[in-house]
Amino acid sequence: MASIPRFEPVTLLLFMVLSTALTISSGSGDGFTINGRVRIPQGLGTKGFALPGKISNVKVILNGGQNVTFLRPDGYFSFHNVPAGTHLIEVAAIGYFFSPVRVDVSARNPGKVQAALTENRRGLSELVLEPLREEQYYEIREPFSIMSVVKSPMGLMVGFMLVVVFLMPKLVENMDPEEMRRAQEEMRNQGVPSLASLLPGGGRRSI
Amino acid sequence: MAIAMAIRSFLFLLLLFFSSLNPILSLYEDQVGLMDWHQQFIGKVKQAVFHTQKTGRKRVVVSTEENVIASLDLRHGEIFWRHVLATNDVIDGIDIAIGKYVITLSSGGSILRAWNLPDGQMVWESSLQGPKHSKSLLLVLTNLKVDKDNVVIVFTNGRLHAVSSIDGEVLWKKDFEAESLDVQQVIQPPGSDLVYVVGFAASSQFEMYQINARNGELLKHESAAFSGGFLGEVSLVSSETLVALDSTGSILLTISSHNGKISFQQTPISNLVGDSLGPAVITPSSVTGIFSLKVNAITIFIRVIGEGKLEVLEKTNLKTAVSDALSISEGKQAFALIQHAGSEIHLTVKPADDWDGNLLKESIKMDRQRGLVHKVFINNYIRTDRSYGFRVLIVMEDHSLLLLQQGEIVWSREDGLASIIDVTTSELPVEKDGVSVAKVEHNLFEWLKGHMLKLKGTLMLASPEDMAAIQSMRLKSSEKSKMTRDHNGFRKLLIVLTRAGKLFALHTGDGRIVWSHLLQSLHKPQACQHLIGLNLYQWQVPHHHAMDENPSVLVVGRCGPSLDAPGVLSFVDTYTGKELSSLSLAHSVAQVIPLPYTDSTEQRLHLLIDADQHAHLYPKTPEAIGIFQREFSNIYWYSVEDDNGIIKGYALKSKCTSEVADEFCFDSRELWSVVFPSESEKIIATVTRKLNEVVHTQAKVIADQDVMYKYLSRNLLFVATAAPKASGEIGSVTPEESWLVAYLIDTVTGRILHRVTHHGSQGPVHAVFSENWVVYHYFNLRAHRYEMSVIEIYDQSRADDKDVWKLVLGKHNLTSPISSYSRPEVITKSQSYFFTHSLKSIAVTSTAKGITSKQLLIGTIGDQVLALDKRFLDPRRSVNPTQAEKEEGIIPLTDSLPIIPQSYVTHALRVEGLQGIVTVPAKLESTTLVFAHGVDLFFTQLAPSRTYDSLTEDFSYALLLITIVALVAAIFVTWILSERKELQEKWR
Repeated sequence: MASIPRFEPVTLLLFMVLSTALTISSGSGDGFTINGRVRIPQGLGTKGFALPGKISNVKVILNGGQNVTFLRPDGYFSFHNVPAGTHLIEVAAIGYFFSPVRVDVSARNPGKVQAALTENRRGLSELVLEPLREEQYYEIREPFSIMSVVKSPMGLMVGFMLVVVFLMPKLVENMDPEEMRRAQEEMRNQGVPSLASLLPGGGRRSI
Repeated sequence: MAIAMAIRSFLFLLLLFFSSLNPILSLYEDQVGLMDWHQQFIGKVKQAVFHTQKTGRKRVVVSTEENVIASLDLRHGEIFWRHVLATNDVIDGIDIAIGKYVITLSSGGSILRAWNLPDGQMVWESSLQGPKHSKSLLLVLTNLKVDKDNVVIVFTNGRLHAVSSIDGEVLWKKDFEAESLDVQQVIQPPGSDLVYVVGFAASSQFEMYQINARNGELLKHESAAFSGGFLGEVSLVSSETLVALDSTGSILLTISSHNGKISFQQTPISNLVGDSLGPAVITPSSVTGIFSLKVNAITIFIRVIGEGKLEVLEKTNLKTAVSDALSISEGKQAFALIQHAGSEIHLTVKPADDWDGNLLKESIKMDRQRGLVHKVFINNYIRTDRSYGFRVLIVMEDHSLLLLQQGEIVWSREDGLASIIDVTTSELPVEKDGVSVAKVEHNLFEWLKGHMLKLKGTLMLASPEDMAAIQSMRLKSSEKSKMTRDHNGFRKLLIVLTRAGKLFALHTGDGRIVWSHLLQSLHKPQACQHLIGLNLYQWQVPHHHAMDENPSVLVVGRCGPSLDAPGVLSFVDTYTGKELSSLSLAHSVAQVIPLPYTDSTEQRLHLLIDADQHAHLYPKTPEAIGIFQREFSNIYWYSVEDDNGIIKGYALKSKCTSEVADEFCFDSRELWSVVFPSESEKIIATVTRKLNEVVHTQAKVIADQDVMYKYLSRNLLFVATAAPKASGEIGSVTPEESWLVAYLIDTVTGRILHRVTHHGSQGPVHAVFSENWVVYHYFNLRAHRYEMSVIEIYDQSRADDKDVWKLVLGKHNLTSPISSYSRPEVITKSQSYFFTHSLKSIAVTSTAKGITSKQLLIGTIGDQVLALDKRFLDPRRSVNPTQAEKEEGIIPLTDSLPIIPQSYVTHALRVEGLQGIVTVPAKLESTTLVFAHGVDLFFTQLAPSRTYDSLTEDFSYALLLITIVALVAAIFVTWILSERKELQEKWR
């Protein structure tokens, strides 16, 4: 076993940095090495976000927790000793939404990249992972406006009162005097209108 | 009529407005910390490295048993940075290289990483492979400088690597191909370029390799045979002398090498101790010239003088912990020794060359609840008068971490809370009457002031100082951290059991520790050697007729790792944290069943099932047996044997037929068993409903005024099985050879009510069962995405109860008893959706009356908790719902479940190492309390349908007051105006 010449993972890694096209390489031992990169575009994470996800807190997860690795300062990561097969890579970063990535590691032709985002089935030519979108965990507080006061329960209450005070007399004025009399009579017959008769369902009889 | 119309339309508009307020359940950024708290922990420290040389921030880097690597502030114990590695990525060793990188060796020695010391950024990562599995050792050669680089020597998997600490490049490596070479130590004598690799071969051969650290050249290889064999550890005493034990543990071997010759000196331990007390163990230490032995409970310190001569320095039977050596000035070494004496610990710092010349001797009072000192780490500093001062970091039995300096505890961290194994809750005491008037007045004033400030805030009139005042006022509200019960049931005690066997009571208001209790009784050496805490149960929850009793919890533990080890019970008062009583059981505890019956003092009856399927009733009172006898034939339980793929159901048979009469012991009989074919199915998950879940109604009214009846049985079990090949990791099988089968089984009769196969899917399965539905998460290999499925189960036998005439004529079957034995007519509905993330845990919200709609709480792989409305997992969703269905609230079907960032319960925080999510109903129906635990703790309140029964926290009372005042004023103004108008009319 020892006599078989094999690549060293470290040298391959260096090679990787030089040419990013090669993503999966056969490392020493029984598995392969998956190399990739997480790139968070500049400009994202700046607008109004209090906790810009620090790159040191980004985790890259293989197969739902089988392996967990972290990013180097340049955003590169690698998984060592991965067996051939189809794998799933997830990126956990606060503030960003990453799609999981399906990565095929084939034993026949090592070095061939087959990666695709599982969310939108987009294929990746190289294993460079970018967030699909930013995640905003908090509601933005609306700045104070008259509309918000008007829309608040209290505002609505005041508005309703104003409508009753100022619009009702107008409505009464515009009424036909005959109809008015009839309405008054009806009112007298019924007594004080209860709240139930005002509600949409209960008021059906009064029409 | 027009008026009525106008009013009606206005009311309609009003309703519309109310319903359109706050469409998404979410949080504003300034509300963080109001209802929630988050605490960060690291776990039990395994190894600590101090970094105090430079001026500036003094820190200590630690690795823990929870696989955390963290940098702590040495002044206050706060975390500078922290990383939680994967569970299988166990940290083997840590060290600091070139003064700025933290080096960690993990995953059985196969991954070497360097982290930037100031900010925790990973700098490089190397994978180290080797021909065979072996012990892994990490050694940073600080005094061997090659171009400002420290060389990191790693022995792993039978190969020695030298790695550059700047970029992680392997400089050289050397295989130790020798068959069965068991390397024990890698030694670097100070001030030389040589590295010694020391080990045993074929269990009786001592091997020593001398290697040039610069290029890995093998300089010398020596070996010597010792017929007695070797046992375990070796301890390095000096650069030429090693100490080991022979295979019987009764003879001490001093191995010395002089000019390439290895010689053995044998000393029977009985010669040193006087009488032989049993096998000895060498405690690993690095103090020059001194090593320590543990024989039973006695610790012996021995000095090696010259040619294998040994001198006993001290024999003590006090519990002792020793630190590694710390080199102080020009080749002198010192080490710390801690001994327990009653409620105090004695800390002594001794120089390595003079046993009696104590550098420091201090006594520190130690809380008994912290138990014994497990580990000691020493560090020194230079005082202003240029003498040496020492600080000591100690790890206690309860996993807490303390810094001792100048005879005092400078800071302490309760890191036992990083490994919670079970959670329960307890109510707080009822508030006592009699509040002084002055206090009320003061409160009223404060209250008004607070609300005026808040109003200013909402009207954007507040200055920054005011804003700060508002924020601090909101956060520090004394209301939420009071030690009494509240009307809404938000204030409770969270009782948690940690892996260290310690109980903590945390206040839900602010997460502070109210009391803690190390299960001492379980630690009496004669009773129990290796206690494993198992579970917590609410033992006594007084509410009706035992109001003056304090509530208590039952802690169930086991002595030792095997399943048939005897059990231990402990009863702890939840108000005071005092242990009421404890029991060492004669039988084992395989399963604990809290029964739905309580005795007159509100003690809940518990049935403990042992490994032989005997049932034992607790509490052991005649009253309990009376209650139990009445329900004797109604008690059923089941057991799951994962390995054999068998689920068995049991019922009680009769009193135990053992020679010792025990009227609380009962035999069981096997009722049924479900055997899964081992070649095609393996049990990977089982889930039942929570015992205390409350369901409001059985009926579910659907769109066309039709009613469906939920099949609500407490005896339903969800079982997921997978193809044996597919029970491993993702990527190990092809879709063709993997499948997942989900079952719903009635645990009284063993009847399979529903079975569904998901072809091309595999585990891990995370599932949650509530009311009449189960939601489970698994991996779909064909789509290569995670999926979530829902199964809802409905009772068809009640479907014809909808007829009103039947109800009137009494021909309905509403009053017929529900029995598991009657053949149920059930129908199931199910649907599947894609879900983006991997899961760590899943739970469901629970409320007091079960009226509020449910939300799923999903613990994602990124250690966040996502709240997802159950409406998204409704099997009645369709692509184009009808108008009626839309009105009912059915969401159009989409292929994947939405992830709305605002509905992350944990907002921008992470609950690192998430283990479980617990929900507890508050008294207020709309609200549920959520507690997520892992390495971190997180607690919050959640209102799945928004707080419809109380005003929200940001409700402005001041605005309400102003509105009322304005309305009253308006009434007066209009009244005056109308008076005036009337007068004018009359004058006309």
